Amino acid sequence: MRKNNGFSNLYLVLLFAVLYAPIFYLMYYSFNSGGTMHGFEGFTLEYYREVVQDTRLMIIVINTLVIALLSSAIATLIAILGALAIQYVRNRRAKNTLLSLNNVLIVSPDVIIGASFLILFTIAGIKLGFVSVLLSHVAFSVPIAVLMILPHLQDMSPTLTDAARDLGASRRDVLTKVILPIIKPGIFSGFFMALTYSLDDFAVTFFVTGNGYSTLSVEIYSRARQGVSLSINALSTLIFLFTILLVIGYYFLTRRKSRTAVAIAEPAAEAGVPR
Amino acid sequence: MTNKGRSYYLIPYYLWIALFVIAPVLLILYYSLFDLDGHFTLGNYVNFFTPVYLKMTLTSFWYAFLITAFSLLVAYPAAYLLTRTKHKQLWLLLIILPTWINLLLKTYAFIGIFGTFGPVNNLFDVFGIGEQQILFTGFSFVFVSVYIFIPFMILPIFSALEELNLSLLDAARDLGASGWTTFRRVVFPLTISGVRSGCMAVFIPALSLFMITRLIAGNRVITLGTAIEQHFLVTQDWGMGSTVAVFLIAIMALFMMLTGGSRKGVQK
Repeated sequence: MRKNNGFSNLYLVLLFAVLYAPIFYLMYYSFNSGGTMHGFEGFTLEYYREVVQDTRLMIIVINTLVIALLSSAIATLIAILGALAIQYVRNRRAKNTLLSLNNVLIVSPDVIIGASFLILFTIAGIKLGFVSVLLSHVAFSVPIAVLMILPHLQDMSPTLTDAARDLGASRRDVLTKVILPIIKPGIFSGFFMALTYSLDDFAVTFFVTGNGYSTLSVEIYSRARQGVSLSINALSTLIFLFTILLVIGYYFLTRRKSRTAVAIAEPAAEAGVPR
Repeated sequence: MTNKGRSYYLIPYYLWIALFVIAPVLLILYYSLFDLDGHFTLGNYVNFFTPVYLKMTLTSFWYAFLITAFSLLVAYPAAYLLTRTKHKQLWLLLIILPTWINLLLKTYAFIGIFGTFGPVNNLFDVFGIGEQQILFTGFSFVFVSVYIFIPFMILPIFSALEELNLSLLDAARDLGASGWTTFRRVVFPLTISGVRSGCMAVFIPALSLFMITRLIAGNRVITLGTAIEQHFLVTQDWGMGSTVAVFLIAIMALFMMLTGGSRKGVQK
């Protein structure tokens, strides 16, 4: 393969610089004692103290984590059943229909999901707040988890379940002792994708959250609308570090399967855009 | 083995489809037929075809088009060069990493960067251009959106380029094609599927994202997404909001049919 010359390396370096500059810019000014995002005056950890001492913010962080963990766990459970449903539907047409229905929420823009869920919860009489946010996070995490689990089911040789049945395993045994262990990596990545979806979501939550309840992204949005405040910078530095930890964790979890960065690249590519 | 027992544990999934996939779309359609006072009307649709909304739709399209075009312009060469680096998986990972950081935080960073005293304006000062209003303009909106969407354009193009058979390039060169001709006649047509999925991944969100418009463009740029948000959360006119949403869904479906259909054509 031909090597890149200097000019093309410059292009890539520039691209990476632009991609990372805003992130490091945010982090750099989180230490600015001047209180603004320009003119670095002196080093301070004041904004970190502010973030840690802000009980309201801490409650919101806990809310966000609770919602993320709970919704991904529920979504993964539903997604396991969904993947089984799609896999074991015999009719080809029905299978394709199920798959398309599954993917509707992945391709639809967040505003539409948010708006339609808002209508749904209002009609169903569900009070906007914890329950509505949890339900909608479960709802939009299910399809991506299904897509993560399904390939593992498809790769599984049908002879395995046949053999288990021939040997007298009950259907429950087949599920818990054969199928689930085999698709475990898929379940893990499904859970992980659901987690990142939930942590990353802003627009849907923004629509279905009530007055008293807030998650981190909604809080960041309302603070950012009021202008620059360096506690957001401090917060984002912490979130960035947390994200890196999460990515590294995921990398090591999936490394046993495939030893390359593709393990991370693929779900991210599949997950698509912040709609 | 009967199928009856199995269908029990499929209930949650089917329930999910019914409640959160089918019902919401129907509800949006239903609500688009009511006005502010809850009377049945087709007025919302009539309203949509007034100059105000048509102009908004057109600007929304124009911006989405600009964002997609610029993303493609930056991303294609980048993806191409990435396939030729050593350790390309590592570089790819570095492209992906920023996408894991909350969109709002990246957008927020640009409030500082493009601000009156931000580094960009400092640079302008150095070159003697003087301070410019960058924030709250169409330019900043397009720039920030392109910044956010670049990785999603690079990824599909990168994988399309990876699948490209390199001997085809050698064959083209042996047959005397120049670099540009090889690209135009061989490389680009063979990677058009990646370009297409990239464009799809960028265009639809570009039509509907509202937080970037709100934070970066102030109220200068109003997209379909901003309009929906406005109607649902500010003016509480759910009927009109649903109508805009119906059109957005229609546009999306049309777009996906177009791209999906022609993808089959390429693979033949």
